[in-house]
Amino acid sequence: MKQFMAFVKKEFVHVLRDRKTLLILIGMPIMQILLFGFAMSNEIKETKVVIVDQAIDNSSAKLVARIDASEYFDAEIRDLTITDFNIEAAFKKGDLKILLIIPPSFESHILHEGSAQLRIIADASDPNTASLLTTYLTSIIQDFQKDNLSIQTIPYNIEPEVRMIYNPQLLSAHNFVPGVMALVLMLVCVMMTAITIVREKELGTMEVLLVSPYKPALVMISKAVPYLALSWINLITIVLLGVFVMGLPFNGSILLLFVESTLFILTCLTIGIFISNITSSQQVAMLISLMGMMLPTVLLSGFVFPLENMPKLLQWISNVIPARWYYVIVKDIMIKGTGFMDILKETLALLTITAFFFIMSIKKFKQRLA
Amino acid sequence: MRTLKYLLIKEFKQIFRNKAIIGIIMVMPMIQLLILPHAANYEVKNINLVVVDNDHSTYSRNLVSNITGSGYFQLTGNCQSFKQAFSEIEADKADLVLEIPANFEKDLIREQSQSLFIAVNAINGTKANLGASYLSRIIREYNNTLRAELLSVDKPASSRAIEITTANWFNPGLDYKSYMVPGILAILVTMVGGFLTALNIVKEKEVGTIEQINVTPIRKSQFILGKLIPFWILGNVVFTIGLTLSWLIYGIVPQGSLFVIYAFIAVYLVAILGFGLLVSTYSETQQQAMFIMFFFMMMFILLSGLFTSIDSMPGWAKALAHINPVTYIIEVFRMVILKGSGLKDILPQIAVISVGAVLLNTWAVRNYRKTV
Amino acid sequence: MNDKVIETDELTKKFGSFTAVDKISFSIEKGEIFGFLGANGAGKTTAMKMLCGLSKPTSGKAKVGGFDVYTQTESIKKNIGYMSQKFSLYEDLNIMENITFYGGIYGLSSKEIKMRGEALVEKLGLKNETKKMVASLPLGWKQKLAFSVAILHEPKIVFLDEPTGGVDPVTRRQFWNLIYEAAQRGITVFLTTHYMDEAEYCDRISIMVDGRIDAIGTPGQLREAFKATNMDEVFYSLARGAKRSE
Repeated sequence: MKQFMAFVKKEFVHVLRDRKTLLILIGMPIMQILLFGFAMSNEIKETKVVIVDQAIDNSSAKLVARIDASEYFDAEIRDLTITDFNIEAAFKKGDLKILLIIPPSFESHILHEGSAQLRIIADASDPNTASLLTTYLTSIIQDFQKDNLSIQTIPYNIEPEVRMIYNPQLLSAHNFVPGVMALVLMLVCVMMTAITIVREKELGTMEVLLVSPYKPALVMISKAVPYLALSWINLITIVLLGVFVMGLPFNGSILLLFVESTLFILTCLTIGIFISNITSSQQVAMLISLMGMMLPTVLLSGFVFPLENMPKLLQWISNVIPARWYYVIVKDIMIKGTGFMDILKETLALLTITAFFFIMSIKKFKQRLA
Repeated sequence: MRTLKYLLIKEFKQIFRNKAIIGIIMVMPMIQLLILPHAANYEVKNINLVVVDNDHSTYSRNLVSNITGSGYFQLTGNCQSFKQAFSEIEADKADLVLEIPANFEKDLIREQSQSLFIAVNAINGTKANLGASYLSRIIREYNNTLRAELLSVDKPASSRAIEITTANWFNPGLDYKSYMVPGILAILVTMVGGFLTALNIVKEKEVGTIEQINVTPIRKSQFILGKLIPFWILGNVVFTIGLTLSWLIYGIVPQGSLFVIYAFIAVYLVAILGFGLLVSTYSETQQQAMFIMFFFMMMFILLSGLFTSIDSMPGWAKALAHINPVTYIIEVFRMVILKGSGLKDILPQIAVISVGAVLLNTWAVRNYRKTV
Repeated sequence: MNDKVIETDELTKKFGSFTAVDKISFSIEKGEIFGFLGANGAGKTTAMKMLCGLSKPTSGKAKVGGFDVYTQTESIKKNIGYMSQKFSLYEDLNIMENITFYGGIYGLSSKEIKMRGEALVEKLGLKNETKKMVASLPLGWKQKLAFSVAILHEPKIVFLDEPTGGVDPVTRRQFWNLIYEAAQRGITVFLTTHYMDEAEYCDRISIMVDGRIDAIGTPGQLREAFKATNMDEVFYSLARGAKRSE
C-alpha cells in the first residue's frame, strides 16, 4: 500500500507539473458549457427579412409594421421594383436569408377580388433555418389576415395549443450539459491516460517500472488515479455550472449520479489503458483516441445529433459507445429524476463494455510480457 | 532558394514515411464524409407521435392520416388517455402527443372553433421547435381545406384570403446533407492544416533536431517556409480528395467556380498554418500541442456557424465568431458550393482572412524567434 | 592576429538572478582539440551554446572564427559544425538522405555532396547501408555518423556536446580517431565531456566549477599543478569545492 501511494504521488506530480495541459483540461468544460449555453442556439430572433413592397398602400404598410414588430424579424423595405436577377445576387452575397414580395395593388386585390398573393423566397441552402423562418413569417401573415380583413371570426377554426414539457423555454442546456460531461470525461480519461502511458513507453521509462518488484497492473492503476481525481473535479464543475449558471434542474439523487459517473470514468480509464497497450507511439495513440473515441462520442451519443434520425447502421454502432449510455443516465437522473431501476439497462451496458476492455487489456498485457 | 529545396525534400520524405499522417490524409476525409452527414442530421424526420383520439370521428381520422402522410411523423401508438401518452414521453418513446378532444367534429361545426392539444417533449430544443412547427403547419393546412369544403357547402365564394406561395431557393428539396457537406469539408481542411503543422514542429522540438537546425545557417524564415509549404500542399490535397468524395457519395458539385474555391483555400491555409505554427511555439511536448489545438478547434467549430446559425448568437459570441477563421471558410464554402457565389461576393471574406493570415504568421514568427 | 579561432573575454550568461556562466576568458588556436570539463550543471552546455550563436550572452566579449557572438551569429553558423547531446540526425530519414539534407543546407553543390557523402560512408564502413533508416542503426554508429555529418562542410570549428555518452569503449576509440583526423585537417574541435580518461586525449582542457573556469592548460600541466597522477584526481580536488551539482 505504501508503495502504491508512492507511485500515485509520482503520477500526481507529473500531471500537476504540466500547467498548460492542466489548465486546458480544467478550462475545457467551462468553455464548452458557456459556448453551448449562451452561444449555440437555434432560436430565430430579429432576422433580417427584406420586403419588396410593390403595393405601398395601407394594407401593405400594416403588414410590414406587423412583421417588423415581431421578435423574429427585422423588416427592411425595398420599395423599388427589384428584378429577379438582383434578388439572386443578394442571396449570393449572403446578406439575405428570406424575402417577402408584396404584389402591386395588394389592398385593392383583397378588397375587390377577395384574394391576394404574397410570395416568400427563402435561402434554403440552410434548410432548417429556411423552414423555421417560413413558418414564422406565414403565421404572422395569417394573424394579420385574421385581425385586419374584417372577418370577425374565422369559421371552422382549429387552434392548436402547444405545450412544451420538461423544458418549456426550449433551453438546450438539458441536452448539452450531460453531453459535455460525457465528452470531457472521455477526453481526460481515454486520451490523457493513453497518451501518458505511451509516452513512458516511448521514453523508455516504462521498462524501468516493469522490472521493478512492483506488479505491472498496479503501475497502470496508479497512472490512472490522478485522472480519476481530475475527472471528479470536472464532474463537479460541470454539475455546478449546469445547475447554477444554466438553471438546470437536479431532480434525482446526487449520490446515484456520482456512482454512475464513477462507473463511466472507470469505463473510460479502461479504454485508455487498452489503447495504450495496443500502441507504441504518441501520435498513433492520439489518432486512435481521436478517431475511435472522441469523434463517435460527439456524433453518436445523441447529444449533438438525434440518434433516431440516423441510418440503422449508425444507430446500431452507437450501442457500443459508452457515452451514449452515460448520456441517457445523466439526463434521466438530473432532469427526469428517475431512480436506479429505470437506468438498470444503461448501467449494465456500461459494465459490459468495461469488463470487455478490462479483459482485453489484461490479455494484451500478458502477451507483451510473455 | 537552394536551402529551401533541401528542406522541402526532407519534409516530404518524412511525411510520406509517417503512417499516421498518411492515415489522416486518406482516412479522415472518408470517415468524416461517410459518417458525419448522416449523423450530423438536424433534418427532423421520423418524429415519434402518439395520438390520443377522444373523438373517433371522420375529421379526427382524416387529420391523423394527413399528419402521418406528411413524412415527418411516425405514429408510434394510439393511447386511450393523455396520462398514458405522457408515460410514453417519459419513457422516451414519444416526442409529441396530439390530443383530440371528445366531440371535436361536432363542436367544430356547432361552435365554429375547436382546440387541439399538443404536448412536446422539449428536452431536445431543436427537434421540439421544428416538430411543433411542422405539426401546426399540417393542422393549419388541414383546417384550410376543411374550411373551404364547409364554406362551399354553406355559402359559396365569400371568403377573403391571402394566398402565400413559398419558394425555397438553392435547395428546393430542403436536403440537410447538402448543407452539411461544405461545412465538413471546411472543418477537414482546418483540422489537417492546424493539427499537422503544430505537431510536426513540436516533434522536432521534443526529439531535439530543432537545436541542430538552429546552429546551421538556415534562416528562420526558410525553416518556417519549409514547414508551411508541405502542409499547404497537403491541405489542398485533402480538400481535393474530400470534394471528389462528396461528388461521388452525395453528388454534390460546386455551383460556383473551382477557381474561386481554391483561391480562397490558398489564403485560408496560410492563416490556419500560421495558427498551427503559433501553437507550436507555445508548447514543449506533442501532448501539450495536441490539447491546446484541441481546445481551440473545439471553440472554433462551435462558434463557426457549422451547427447553429451565427445570427442566433448573442453579441459577444457574434464578435468571437467574427474573429474565428473557421466562420469564414464555412461561409465561403456554403456560398460558393451551394449558391454559386462568385469571387466578387466573397471578397470581404478573402480580405478578412488575408489580414488574419498576416497577423497570425507575424505573431508566430516573432514568438518563434523568442522561444528558440 | 595569430591563429586564435575562439577568443572570449569575461563572457557571462545570467538567467534571472542565476549566473550560469560567470566571466569566463580563454582562447583556442586553430587545429586544437579543446576539452571543456565540469560536473553536471557547471555551465558547460550554456557556454557552448553562446559560442554557437544559439543563445545571447548577458555580458562579456567573444569571437568565434573571427566573428562576434552578438552581431554576427549568422556568419558564425556558416563556419561551425555542431553535434548536440540529444541526437541530431533525423531518425525517419536514411543515411544518405541525412547527408544530402545537411550538405544541402550548408550550401554544398550536388556534386560535392555526392563525392563527400560517398567518401564518408566508405570511411565509416556503411557503404552497403546507405538506404537504412537512421532509427535502425546502433547508437555507436549513429554518433559516428552524426559527427561525420557535422564536419561534412569542412567547418573551421566543430562543437561536440558530450558526443560519446552511452557508447562502448571500442566505439569510443573509433570516435576519437575521427576527431584526430579532423584536427589534423585543421578543424578545431571543441568538446564537452565528463569522461576523465577522454580529457587526457585533448590538447588542452579547461575545468568549469559553478560557472567559472577554475583551471586551464594541457593535461600534463594540470596534473603537475594539482600534484595528481591522473585527471580524475585533478577533477575531484576541484569539484569538492563546488556548490551546485545535480
